Amino acid sequence: MGQEITVTQLRRWLLAYAARIIENEDHLTELDTAIGDADHGVNMRRGMGKLQERLQDEEQTEDIGSFLRSVAMTLISGVGGAAGPLYGTFFLRAATSPTNGSSVDLAQLTQMFRFGLDGLQQRGKAQTDDKTMIDTIQPAVEAMEAALATQQSTAVVLAAARQAAHLGMKHTIEIEARKGRASYLGPHSIGHQDPGATSAYFLFETAAEVFTKTGAD
Amino acid sequence: MQSLMNKPGSAITQSLRGMALCHPDTIKVHFDPDFVERTVTARSGKVAVISGSGSGHEPLPTGYVGLGMLDAACPGPIFTSPSPIQLLAAVHSVDHGGGVLFVVKNYAGGVLNTELTIELALQEGIDARFVLVNDDVSIANVANRRGLGAAALACKIAGAAAESGYTLDEAVKVTRRAVAACRSMGVGTNVNTLPRNGPGAILADDSIELGVGIHGEPGEVRSVSKGMSEIVGLIGQPILKDLPFAAGDRVLLLISGMGGTPPLELYLFSEAIHDMLVANRIRVERQLVGNYLTSLGRGGYTVTLMRLDNELQDLWDAPVHTPALHW
Repeated sequence: MGQEITVTQLRRWLLAYAARIIENEDHLTELDTAIGDADHGVNMRRGMGKLQERLQDEEQTEDIGSFLRSVAMTLISGVGGAAGPLYGTFFLRAATSPTNGSSVDLAQLTQMFRFGLDGLQQRGKAQTDDKTMIDTIQPAVEAMEAALATQQSTAVVLAAARQAAHLGMKHTIEIEARKGRASYLGPHSIGHQDPGATSAYFLFETAAEVFTKTGAD
Repeated sequence: MQSLMNKPGSAITQSLRGMALCHPDTIKVHFDPDFVERTVTARSGKVAVISGSGSGHEPLPTGYVGLGMLDAACPGPIFTSPSPIQLLAAVHSVDHGGGVLFVVKNYAGGVLNTELTIELALQEGIDARFVLVNDDVSIANVANRRGLGAAALACKIAGAAAESGYTLDEAVKVTRRAVAACRSMGVGTNVNTLPRNGPGAILADDSIELGVGIHGEPGEVRSVSKGMSEIVGLIGQPILKDLPFAAGDRVLLLISGMGGTPPLELYLFSEAIHDMLVANRIRVERQLVGNYLTSLGRGGYTVTLMRLDNELQDLWDAPVHTPALHW
């Protein structure tokens, strides 16, 4: 069925993600200064620098599982803080989802995100409305699954994911934090967009850009 | 104030180097990633016991590395959990085929990083488990209880169990039982000084902060004009009632300074604690008074009671040779 996404495209996606995070370092710092400990921008930028090095240097592995696992290890060591282990877990679990070896179809790509989300929830013990990266990733994955069920194209599925992720990110402005350092602020966390939900949004923004640019159904 | 803590970045590295120079027969230090490992090679098949902790609580965990206690310890930045990269490097270095037991204080970062490390170790075929330490009775919700003095005691019990040939399952079981038999509380007598942040709020002369954490987490400010016996009542009763400890119980008593309280005051406090325990007909079988779990230079102390049975007492008495604990 439809378009197959290869390791090369996944690599292109993550390079785009790294570049987008680096462009937004100050924005992430600003968000985390308001409700956290102001290190999300710096930590993510450092991790993305390591990720760029890894993606550019790496032996050209064709296996999606080992590719995602090496991404996970790079983020764990490069990002640090709480975001490092959380993003690391996301990719570590994504690496265990079924593939065709060197490529995934749209259903498998969706399942890859689902595996990542489930791992993230298990590790971080957060639910939607806790004001975390889950508020972006869960609606995005659910939107992908819903669009996939109605046989939509790659472009439509990823556009749905991006839109749901964006709404989820904006929704974090309205809610009170129940997890992470921002939860210490209680009601004072309302009115601020969550930095983790923001960095997670860029995963779906860049996926929609990269995977649909390189050949549609 | 002139303090090496004015340069927290390099302070940890330099302190680790100094520690290795002072205890060359007991520990060796690895850098990047940072971990401390014991020098005595463990026998094949022994369970490896590892503990990670933010720095600033010394001697926990690095001072407890050595024969009969920890195989390795991973110090994070000040009051910040070590990373899975450090923890996994320690696993690779000290796993002897018997699996790995992590002792983890109940703080979000430490649990997150340890769980991820265990997932990575399991993927490599290394059996790994963790024991959560949550002995602080000042937090009503048991799930949120922080780890205090029981962390040091759990490292001793786990280390002794591993040294005497317990399997990973057995060592996990007895260490969990030890933690479940512990209750603790912290008292702050002056303010916490965090690197970069400078001193916090000042306490009045006749006031203490009841139920403080070891990272500057605030407690409840109480006026204690009647001195030590009043402090002992405020701290002792919640500890005794929580387990609960009963008349006839045998206990291990740990009184640990937070780094800014002189031994004179710790012993003064211990007299009042002993009086309180005698009045409740609780027998102190073993005790430790000194700096065993600190909070940089804060004034104050934590009190921990562990209810003993024969197995826990034997494991406590088993030989230990570490920089901070040896007999």
